[in-house]
Amino acid sequence: MAQYFSRMGDGSPISVTKDEIMADLIEGSEDAADRARVPALSQGEYEHLLDIFCAPQKFMSVEAGKEVILTYDAGTLKIRRVGVNVDRIQALQIYEKLLGADTMELSHVDYSYKPVKPIAIFEQPILEQALLGTHVPLFYGAQPNLGLYSQPDGPFPNPAELMPMGKIKEAQESYEASVEDLVKDIVYVASLMYESGADGINLDTTGAAGDADFLASLIATEKLKEKYPDMCIELGMAGEFVLGMHSQLKYKGHRLAGMYPHDQLKMAELAGATIFGPVANTNTSKSSAWNLARTITFMKPVGEQANIPVHVNMGMGVGGVTVNDHPPIDIVSRSSKAMVELCRLDGL
Amino acid sequence: MGDPFAMAITHAHASGMGGMRGAGDLVARMQMSKGMRIEEAKAYVAKKLNVGIEDLTDPVIMNEVRTDLGIGVMTPLPGVAKGIEAKFNIAKALGIDINCVKRFMARTS
Repeated sequence: MAQYFSRMGDGSPISVTKDEIMADLIEGSEDAADRARVPALSQGEYEHLLDIFCAPQKFMSVEAGKEVILTYDAGTLKIRRVGVNVDRIQALQIYEKLLGADTMELSHVDYSYKPVKPIAIFEQPILEQALLGTHVPLFYGAQPNLGLYSQPDGPFPNPAELMPMGKIKEAQESYEASVEDLVKDIVYVASLMYESGADGINLDTTGAAGDADFLASLIATEKLKEKYPDMCIELGMAGEFVLGMHSQLKYKGHRLAGMYPHDQLKMAELAGATIFGPVANTNTSKSSAWNLARTITFMKPVGEQANIPVHVNMGMGVGGVTVNDHPPIDIVSRSSKAMVELCRLDGL
Repeated sequence: MGDPFAMAITHAHASGMGGMRGAGDLVARMQMSKGMRIEEAKAYVAKKLNVGIEDLTDPVIMNEVRTDLGIGVMTPLPGVAKGIEAKFNIAKALGIDINCVKRFMARTS
């Protein structure tokens, strides 16, 4: 049988047959369908994905007219990260004028709201200067990163140490206290940046520390929208599944632990988020076909059910993109095309 | 994570609207300011700019439109609106408030 070039989730090249690709597509989709209790992909969708994976081109794109908007996390840091020594305003200009960015995000190298808080007044003038010279909508962004609020990094007892000792109630109380502080920090920083003229606020990698992290982000979103009704808030997730680290936290009566993307969307909408960014993580020991079909199965109901714009996370290690600092464009472009063509998305 | 060649450039070519080369920044503003989904946002911008939806990603057509409206172009020749100047014109062209434009006016008037 004919062999086709493809990759594993870690980016390593593999040679596979058409039947093997189809088997992985079905298995990946059924895995997502079983976990999230959503429909698996249809035969027509499997065949569309098969065509994409079997195409000989090294680069693929969506059909003309199906283009979507791109938003970014920590974009200003990614130029410096590869050793190109420009400052952050120059990085914004590079994205705007050289990389075809529809939007951009100013961010600090310590990309969490807590460390930004004490230096926020030094971030504001940079944002204000950036806004004078750029054209595309400009977010200010950081991660909620609830993990920074427990010892030794923060003031509260570490739940990861309390739980093995059987101190479940104490661990839950620590999470609840952390939520209060995190909400204050997000609202403080986001308010200053909005007062400086930011077009939007990005809460990136929400839920990374579990349900308490997600809850804090939802409450902060709600408070910010009460304070600034016109503020754009993009709520991007950390993973496809909200980890129940506390396990009993609820937002407006809905238990957060265990939520998959289509339910996370409803919480984002309830909180007043403007744009929702769902995530599905890449499994490095499975093929790209398996990962992409699985991701699309999670994302399809999100796009179909959303009342707000949906920008699926398609960065390194998520959205069917390989886990590697230098993701190959054959897989990134296939993932980009397939995600947009099979899900009703508004952006990536 | 991921280097800009792999992520930003690849997605921009594979499925993006091209930012200022087209009308990607303008469609984004409608999503951000009005919560419009992509079809509605594209239709709104196309109507406001008096172009077809298919023109929104065409760099040749959009460069002319953007020059005529003073809403920011890729190659900023002398005398054309740039940066905050262009954003004043974007707010007017799209009929929306832009946060930094409002604050600019508040600080200068």
